[in-house]
Amino acid sequence: MTTATGSAPPRRPLPPAARRANRRGTALGLVAWLSGILFCLPAGWMVLTSLHSEPDAATNPPSFTAAITFDSYREFFGSGGGASPWPSLINSATASVISTVLVLLLALPAAYALSIKPVRKWTNVMFFFLSTKMLPVVAGLLPLYLFAKNVGMLDNIWLLVILYTSMNLPIAVWMMQSFLADVPVSIIEAAQVDGARLPTILARIVAPIAGPGIAATALICFIFSWNELLFARVLTGVAAQTAPVFLTGFVTSQGLFLAQLCAASVVVSLPVLVAGFAAQDKLVQGLSLGAVK
Amino acid sequence: MTSTLATGTTVMEPAAHHPVAPRPGKQGGSGWATRAPLLPALVFLIAVTQLPFVATLGISAFDWNSLDPDARRFAGVENYVTVATDPALRGSVLTTVLLTASVVLASLVLGLLFALLLDRTFFGRGFVRTLLITPFLLVPVSAALLWKHALYNPEYGLLNGMWTWVAGLFGDETPAQPDWISDMPMLAVAASLIWQWTPFMMLILLAGLQSRPVDMMEAARMDGANVWQTFRYLTVPHLRRYLELGILLGSIYIVQNFDAVFTLTSGGLGTANLPYTIYQTFYQAHEYGLASAAGVLVVIGTMVIATFALRVVSSLFTEEVKRS
Repeated sequence: MTTATGSAPPRRPLPPAARRANRRGTALGLVAWLSGILFCLPAGWMVLTSLHSEPDAATNPPSFTAAITFDSYREFFGSGGGASPWPSLINSATASVISTVLVLLLALPAAYALSIKPVRKWTNVMFFFLSTKMLPVVAGLLPLYLFAKNVGMLDNIWLLVILYTSMNLPIAVWMMQSFLADVPVSIIEAAQVDGARLPTILARIVAPIAGPGIAATALICFIFSWNELLFARVLTGVAAQTAPVFLTGFVTSQGLFLAQLCAASVVVSLPVLVAGFAAQDKLVQGLSLGAVK
Repeated sequence: MTSTLATGTTVMEPAAHHPVAPRPGKQGGSGWATRAPLLPALVFLIAVTQLPFVATLGISAFDWNSLDPDARRFAGVENYVTVATDPALRGSVLTTVLLTASVVLASLVLGLLFALLLDRTFFGRGFVRTLLITPFLLVPVSAALLWKHALYNPEYGLLNGMWTWVAGLFGDETPAQPDWISDMPMLAVAASLIWQWTPFMMLILLAGLQSRPVDMMEAARMDGANVWQTFRYLTVPHLRRYLELGILLGSIYIVQNFDAVFTLTSGGLGTANLPYTIYQTFYQAHEYGLASAAGVLVVIGTMVIATFALRVVSSLFTEEVKRS
């Protein structure tokens, strides 16, 4: 990193300018801590509220020191009168995981064709993929709804699997193209000279080099599918309801229980939070479609 | 959508002059063997994203209310005229533009400040970065519900609660308790979105800051450049493409935002953006023809933006091609 103190010569005692820079560094560090805490405060408040009892959660002024209890989580997971969240959590997991696997299966060969042995005019193909991402989803929503209604696929989780696959495929192709482009062609050619066939090359050369990138791609696809609301809201009802849809219905169906709502939000966000924290560095590469390395 | 593809083609023409990724051996393969791996993805994508749009185009030419299906008739461009002259719809165009522009710019500036703070070593930097990323990792619906009920609520929300607490310190026991969402709906929606998108901008800009050439920064300091001069003449030009990328990707996602508007205000109080209005036109008003016409207009609008955006990406993209 490029702190001002980093370049100070070690032999002499710090000159006044460097000492000033040092103090400024400490001050800026404090500012960073303060902004981090303030910025994260709403999320922290959500977690804290979820651990309070309902009466303690809805006080004004807020109570930061109320007793901690896990009642809201117990309540949320079933013993209360409301609907159990498990079916919708399982639906979300199903749709996200299966669509992510499908995306990888479709995107890997495509990315291979676009990077390792690029087809002619490969950049045009790349832009076609990206341009589908710029087509607003609402513009195709009605025909999809009518189609699903006519073939009896409304409220069917497999419809969401297909739609989430198409939603994430362009991003995945873009990301993986840039990750596969990192694989040196000379190694592949050397292997070919030695008589290795495509499956061997993929497993022994491409996978180890591009593996972390492929994992990052899968993560991003999972997050986007897990978060999606508009398709799920329009195309599912009771049986195939996903976790975000469950959350939106949670408030109206039971009146407002603030602590329970916060607990529900924490639970639904947890898979994404865990995945995101684990792969902070990969996240930016993925979200910027590999353009920033 | 062939027109967008065409746009991509025209934009990419300059890039074609650069050597297509300097790969030795069989270059720019055109046989079916090299194209075959592309086909599953292409066919799938065209079937699931382009065909529905073509159907939307078709439906937009009909006067079709699903509550009265027998009255369905061919209407030509009638729906487009209705949509273009509908003040509510024009209002939602303005809302979409305002919301997108304000959220993208505000989160970009805030994200830059955070990125600059994190681009130096200090105790606990990794932890602070994790704190700053958290809002982006909440499920959007959770975040919107959090803002609506735990923060904005006039009776027990954190905002008014803190205000009561602060005012209480100064002896005012009954401070004003604004109802944030009804008093300033657009600001309320924008604030929650800015909170969610600032980490995204910060991550991209941080990547940009950390890829600055160290020797150049040191040379500038040796030459006596002060902090502001290094920032203005070295950091900003270097960050340019990262800023452009943030604006582009942020816009693509925020133009389409549905979750925050749906959850926070249900499109009331002048906050209905285009995605929400179209959702309502077909899902609640059952006006299939009108909703489709509006959808087509959104696509045309997006195409205008996309043409501009593709130029920006293509400049990013050419640079990458050159580097590789």
